[in-house]
Amino acid sequence: MRVAELATLTALVALVVGSSFGAALGALAGVISVVVVLAAGIVSSWYVRNRFRAWRYQERHEDLIVARGVLVRRLSVVPYGRMQFVEVTAGPIERMFKLSTVKLHTAAAASDARIPGLARDESTRLRDRLTELGESKAAGM
Amino acid sequence: MRADLDREGGWQRLHPLSPLARIGRLVPIVVLSLVLSLAHAHGGGAGEVVYLIVVAVASAIFGFVNWLVTRWKIEGETLRIETGLIRRDSKQLPLARIQAVDVVRPLLARVLGVSELRIRLAGSGSSDGRLAYLSEAHALELRARLLTKPGDAGPVAAGAMAPGVPGTLLAAPEHIMAEVPSGRLVGSVLISGLSLVLVAIAVTLLVLAVTAPKAAAAAGAFLAIYIFSFASGLWRRLSTYFHFVAVEAPEGIRIRRGLLQTVSETIPFGRIQAVRQIEPLLWRPLGWCRLEVDIAGAGRKNQRGEGSTVARKSLLPVGTDQDAWHLIDRLTGGTLPNVTRPPARARTKAPLSYHFLAAGYDGAHAVSVTGRLRKVTTWIPLEKSQSIRRVQGPVQRRLGLATVHVDAAGKETRVEFRDRAVEEADQLVEVLSDLSREARRHRAAPPVERAPDVGAAIPSGWYPDPSGRHQQRYWREGVWTEHVSDNGATAIDAP
Repeated sequence: MRVAELATLTALVALVVGSSFGAALGALAGVISVVVVLAAGIVSSWYVRNRFRAWRYQERHEDLIVARGVLVRRLSVVPYGRMQFVEVTAGPIERMFKLSTVKLHTAAAASDARIPGLARDESTRLRDRLTELGESKAAGM
Repeated sequence: MRADLDREGGWQRLHPLSPLARIGRLVPIVVLSLVLSLAHAHGGGAGEVVYLIVVAVASAIFGFVNWLVTRWKIEGETLRIETGLIRRDSKQLPLARIQAVDVVRPLLARVLGVSELRIRLAGSGSSDGRLAYLSEAHALELRARLLTKPGDAGPVAAGAMAPGVPGTLLAAPEHIMAEVPSGRLVGSVLISGLSLVLVAIAVTLLVLAVTAPKAAAAAGAFLAIYIFSFASGLWRRLSTYFHFVAVEAPEGIRIRRGLLQTVSETIPFGRIQAVRQIEPLLWRPLGWCRLEVDIAGAGRKNQRGEGSTVARKSLLPVGTDQDAWHLIDRLTGGTLPNVTRPPARARTKAPLSYHFLAAGYDGAHAVSVTGRLRKVTTWIPLEKSQSIRRVQGPVQRRLGLATVHVDAAGKETRVEFRDRAVEEADQLVEVLSDLSREARRHRAAPPVERAPDVGAAIPSGWYPDPSGRHQQRYWREGVWTEHVSDNGATAIDAP
């Protein structure tokens, strides 16, 4: 999903930059700038793909583990009992690809357990399961 | 005005002097505005007096109406407070969710012999209950009633014992845990960054006054507002923590403080989310430190609305290491985890702070030490931990290091195992999440066996000691606790 997002953005930026540089400085400058922008797009799409591969989660008996990150690698362990509420969001682009993001909130602002890009069925299932587990294992404050 | 607390179905009113005491809240604002306007317009005295009278009368009427329409009662397991003339506001405060109860006495209320009760709940900041004002005896009685309900036993776990039926309720004696002498408080306020800035400004102005009087006057006028706000900040610190005493009460730690407005706060043991010991650089030669605790409930709401609101309370505004250790010892139940240091290769990544990094854990707590200039030691009870995280940045990965965080409720409270070897970090994540799970499960189980109905029906309080070893012993929720008292001094002795 992010790859598609990025590809569209890159093409758009390449078009705009290329045409404006081409008009202002001549055809050669236009071609060079388009190449630079496209290269940047390819590099960042590689980064985004890795970032996406790095994002994984595991439902364990008592807690949820979310790992993510390429440069800075993060791993969160959030006990179901500490969960205050579950949030499911879907932005416009996510909706286009029938995806959504599940986010787990606890009393601590620092504990971020966010799982983006889930298929709609999976996010619904995860939400219901987390809510259910949260209720049965609630530990209060 | 002394009504029976347990009169079911009966609504109760606030103290009839409340409207008068409420006006007291306006006094500083009115005085300030008066002083300001007098300073600006010379000789506009009459207008100011009229203005003052109008404000006083209006607030008196408002206060009286407010008193008329406000009522409260305890209904089963909830405290209900109803108020508001036009927009009726009814609050239900479940006793089980009460995190702390404060008794606040502003100067005028002290003169009138009334107190305000502030009740903090877990959850959003707006759910706080306030009863302003009650008579002093009534406020204390209600506080005791509200605080005996929480199900947590805390580290002062009640020992099970054949419950004899207690006799008469006695006045509660207190055991002083820490005190702040006025001299030390004044010293601590003077030796702070704020007062250093103030002194620096004053010296600069003096030097300027000698060398260039004209420039000094201009600079003085420019800096006046800063000087005023710094000085009032120092004053606020002094007046807030004046006569600071922390005593141990059976339901928690009770703090009394204040110069003009006195405040009595109770922090129940089982409600503490984190304890922090702060040793600022300037205080280090004197061996002084500061203690703070975090309690879930009303606090400033953070910007993004993330995390729960947490109130940060001062447990010791300034004290010696010995005082602090005594308090920490009591709060953490007597066991302190050993701290370990990161591996030597972490020095490459954190050359300056390396010597001050340490962290450790045991079955009940996680501890970390961070900071070079301002050394902060944080304790988090594992049962209160919200999540455990492992973070590894690019530099750390090259060095084979990782940081493990144990997050507590609130915005930025956490214990950090900074720059640990990767294998150790992985192991820490596993061990800490297992330990906190065990701690939560342990807490969820009933801490003591319930006594038969005869005992449970008797209200908590001080009663003659059934064992005969001491004069009095504390009775809570159907069991005798380890708190005993002789001639007004308390001690700990298992029943």
